[in-house]
Amino acid sequence: MITVSLILLPLIAGLLALFIKTEQVKRFALFATLAQLALTVFAFVELKNNASSKLLSFNADWIRSMGIHFNVSMDGISMVLVLLTSLLLPFIVLSSFNKERENASVFYSLMLLMQMALVGVFTAMDGFLFYIFWELALIPIYFICLMWGSSAEKSAGAITFKFFLYTLVGSLFMLVGLIYLYQHTGGMNAAFTEFVPKSFEISALYKAGASLTLAQQSFVFWMFFLAFAIKMPIFPFHTWQPDTYVSAPTQGTMLLSGIMLKMGTYGLLRWLLPLVPAGVQEWMHLAIALSVIGIIYASCLAIVQKDFKRLIAYSSIAHVGLISAGIFSLNIQGLQGGLIQMFAHGISVVGLFFIADIILSRTNTRQISSLGGIRNIEPQFALLFLIILLSSVALPLTSGFVGEFLLINGIYQYNAYAATFAGLTVILGAVYMLRSYQSVMLGETNAATSTFARLTSNEKIVLIPLVILTIALGVYPKPLMEIAEPALQNILQIAGIAK
Amino acid sequence: MIKLVWLVPLLPLLGWMIVGLFGKKLSKGTIGTIASGAVFAAFAVSVGIFLEVTKHKGEFESIKLFDWISAGNFTAAFSFLVDPLSSLFLLIITGVGFLIHLYSTAYMKEDDGFHRFFAYLNLFVFFMLLLVLGDNYLIMFVGWEGVGLCSYLLIGFWFKNTNYNNAAKKAFIMNRIGDLGFLLGILLIFVTFGSISYKEVFDFAGATGAGLSGNATVTAIALLLFIGAMGKSAQLPLYTWLPDAMAGPTPVSALIHAATMVTAGIYMIARSNIIYTLSPVALEVVAIVGILTALFAATIGIFQNDIKKVLAYSTVSQLGLMFLGLGVGAYTGAVFHVATHAFFKALLFLGAGSVIHAMHHEQDIRNMGGLKKYLPITHLTFLLGTIAISGLPPFSGFFSKDEILARAYEHHEFLWLLGILTSMMTAFYMFRLYYLTFHGKFRGTHEQEHHLHESPKAMTLPLIILAALAVLGGLMGIPEVFAHHAHWLQNFLSPVFEKSEMRMLSVHPDVAHEFMLMGIAVLGAVASIYLAYNRYVKAENVPANDDEETSSVQKVIYNKYYVDEIYEAVITKPINKISGALYKFAELQFIDAIVNGIGNMVKQLSGLLRLAQTGNVGFYIFAMVISIIVILITKLF
Repeated sequence: MITVSLILLPLIAGLLALFIKTEQVKRFALFATLAQLALTVFAFVELKNNASSKLLSFNADWIRSMGIHFNVSMDGISMVLVLLTSLLLPFIVLSSFNKERENASVFYSLMLLMQMALVGVFTAMDGFLFYIFWELALIPIYFICLMWGSSAEKSAGAITFKFFLYTLVGSLFMLVGLIYLYQHTGGMNAAFTEFVPKSFEISALYKAGASLTLAQQSFVFWMFFLAFAIKMPIFPFHTWQPDTYVSAPTQGTMLLSGIMLKMGTYGLLRWLLPLVPAGVQEWMHLAIALSVIGIIYASCLAIVQKDFKRLIAYSSIAHVGLISAGIFSLNIQGLQGGLIQMFAHGISVVGLFFIADIILSRTNTRQISSLGGIRNIEPQFALLFLIILLSSVALPLTSGFVGEFLLINGIYQYNAYAATFAGLTVILGAVYMLRSYQSVMLGETNAATSTFARLTSNEKIVLIPLVILTIALGVYPKPLMEIAEPALQNILQIAGIAK
Repeated sequence: MIKLVWLVPLLPLLGWMIVGLFGKKLSKGTIGTIASGAVFAAFAVSVGIFLEVTKHKGEFESIKLFDWISAGNFTAAFSFLVDPLSSLFLLIITGVGFLIHLYSTAYMKEDDGFHRFFAYLNLFVFFMLLLVLGDNYLIMFVGWEGVGLCSYLLIGFWFKNTNYNNAAKKAFIMNRIGDLGFLLGILLIFVTFGSISYKEVFDFAGATGAGLSGNATVTAIALLLFIGAMGKSAQLPLYTWLPDAMAGPTPVSALIHAATMVTAGIYMIARSNIIYTLSPVALEVVAIVGILTALFAATIGIFQNDIKKVLAYSTVSQLGLMFLGLGVGAYTGAVFHVATHAFFKALLFLGAGSVIHAMHHEQDIRNMGGLKKYLPITHLTFLLGTIAISGLPPFSGFFSKDEILARAYEHHEFLWLLGILTSMMTAFYMFRLYYLTFHGKFRGTHEQEHHLHESPKAMTLPLIILAALAVLGGLMGIPEVFAHHAHWLQNFLSPVFEKSEMRMLSVHPDVAHEFMLMGIAVLGAVASIYLAYNRYVKAENVPANDDEETSSVQKVIYNKYYVDEIYEAVITKPINKISGALYKFAELQFIDAIVNGIGNMVKQLSGLLRLAQTGNVGFYIFAMVISIIVILITKLF
């Protein structure tokens, strides 16, 4: 029931928000997301105390004739991602408090609907339902980017359209894969006593996937992999991402990079690995190769970016590449690292994009070279930026380190050379991050930055908790890791890898 | 007391929090007291721990605080190991650290960033303590990266200056190159031994039955860890950040870039001694890199004119000697040299700071001279430090250096010879520095001369204490030839190195032989000092100005062999160029062009298909009939 409530709450709140035509809608949205957070924490405690809690699952027939169920449930993996979503949304809402927007009620409504779809994606245990939520999530973000986005070089509409089409094409591949698997569910049971109807239930799909031949599994692998690879995105399916991140409104970018890209990495864990184990074994090498190439490639590109937001966008591709390589290493360290890093990256990337937004709104530029000296005026801002940046370059005792270390650990067990190349992110990340920190924050002030206004209390309310979370999770990641471990072991077991 | 070890890092951490959070509201006096007090309290606890360790019998247990990272069979706990090695480092870090804090309260008095400085300094001490206290490699890595961060923050302390910021960034990135090696080393340890805790790894590796001697994996582990050490301890080829790091305030150079952080690499290898002992190849590499660095940096030191740069290259060189020691199996000797070097190099840096303070931020020794009458305490203590580093008996540097060189001689005479050469150069450039600074006529401006003054007590007191340690510190390791079993340090550290010692049966040269080696070393140093005296006191030579013509060899060395320029041309620039080309060609003109191309192709195909939608009903019916026929035919066959 809790899981259903977690989907219904943002849905209802989102619809209600449409009717609040005043500025109050901000506060309403904040209240709704905080309520959602409280509910999520409750769910977290419930799962911690009772791993097989009935409260967290809900299963009802939806379209009986096709074996489609409204089946939502939370294990440790879902919990971590739902928690991330619930945790980030209040900050994303708050980050927009200073802005006067046209159609504010629609804006906040879309954000809440987005949250609904995301929770749905992370909890759906039915292939069809998963697909529905997956596509639903695309609609609000499409409108957010389209209506409130802006771009200097190209039209925001064209960029958003490309993003929409590109990811939609990926999703369609997944739909093909899903239907293909569905066709292989059901039939006579093992004892040939009973006819089992076809079903989209996740366990039925797992079973169907495992029964396929290698060639068939490879086909399904690619159908799903393309969808996830485009969503994350990993090299070379990433070219929609930098433009979209740059042109989207900050809150849209936060939703995209902080949470939505985790749909892809989550998809790997929940769907791809256990669905077609033999297909994964066959193609993991290529997937890891692409991911590792992506890490180095995107890091190099980040080094030469002049626009701060675009730099973060490329750094995000590098981080996601590491997550995906770790997950494809198919061992518990890689999977744990992947999950923790999804969480940590969500926090740090939202923080970084907010920082970019604060800088842009005060100086009217995101060009790294035309900034500088902000630390002279607002040292507190510089410090908060520094800590988030350190998490992004995986300094120990920040959340970024735990994930990155486990990921490289996992990749190392797969192959030492792959880990060495993936590990270059340790060096390259420091290169582009410190370079941008130096030219934005340090040195003398200039024309663009000399009138830099102090942080408002709203801005501090967003940044300070993010920083505290970063450190808390870096020092004591145990609660998250503990809750995730059984679920991840379970995935490995279904994928036939666990010892 | 050992159970209270968590207090040691906690105290500076609290100091950091208080100063960092409330520093702006506190007076400078309060800040100085809190920050120095925190480190002093940590020192007091460390002394208690140390005394208990000297009496301790049997195995040293680790003290677990909490679980940190655990996934499957990988676990890393936040737990500490107190044993002779870590307790000795605790004393050095908190003891020398406290003196430098005290010194800084006066040195940094006029600086706007006073509270920031002490916050960073406390944080540094915290991480440094973690580094030596961890009972597994990952906690060492936490401290390792943490001190790197503090080093970054403190090198770029005056953050308005772009050059300083560049130096800070360079230090961080270069260290990160080493850190990647370290990280991969840790992972290989985990994969090989199934654990990263010292006890389990060393017990397994040290077990005689394991048969790991000369094993390729063990060699790989040792070399990967050593890459980390090369970065942190500024060895060839990753040393160039350390001279640049002198951009930081002088107490920082004393604490971080001389006494503590840069010796982390030596700590790491000493801690992992059994792994290195099992791999003669790795030891050979350590020894060769060490001696080459020692020599190379010493030659550069001879031609530097910035008081801090001379000391910086000297530090690189001395660290090289320590690695030589490790490489020839003189683990105790290397740790011994860490200790004595911490005393005399901290002393020399603080002395240099006192000079810079008196000279109003002048660092060029060509503009100094004759300072001994203005700065009597600084002069005397600096002289003692200079003698100690030059290796004259019975000062501390003599004993520790001798121990390393004696072992090097047993290993190979040539290593010893290069070591002697390095020592001679050291004695020369250090006395050159000393003479040019304190003797002769004052060469600065009148304004500077007018303001020359001895530093306040808070600065001279640390100098005096460190000078006493630099003079007497050698007594902790009296060699066997002087007195039987008088090497206290060796006995103290023996539990740490015992597994290695068992495997390294060394043949001690006879007494006469060893005295002869010592005699040569001392004679060499004296000759170098005499040379420096002749040149800079008698002949009153002053190094040439930058624009004067010098011989080409001199020019190459003066410009530090152009190593920075080579790195810039071979690594930095190509990476930027390649990245730029990747962005322009691979990203925009290839990958994205393909994506857009597919989109456009679909658009054009649709454009073609659109032509079929003519609105002509007759055509539609015709198409329908054709299609039905096609379907029927395919179904039939």
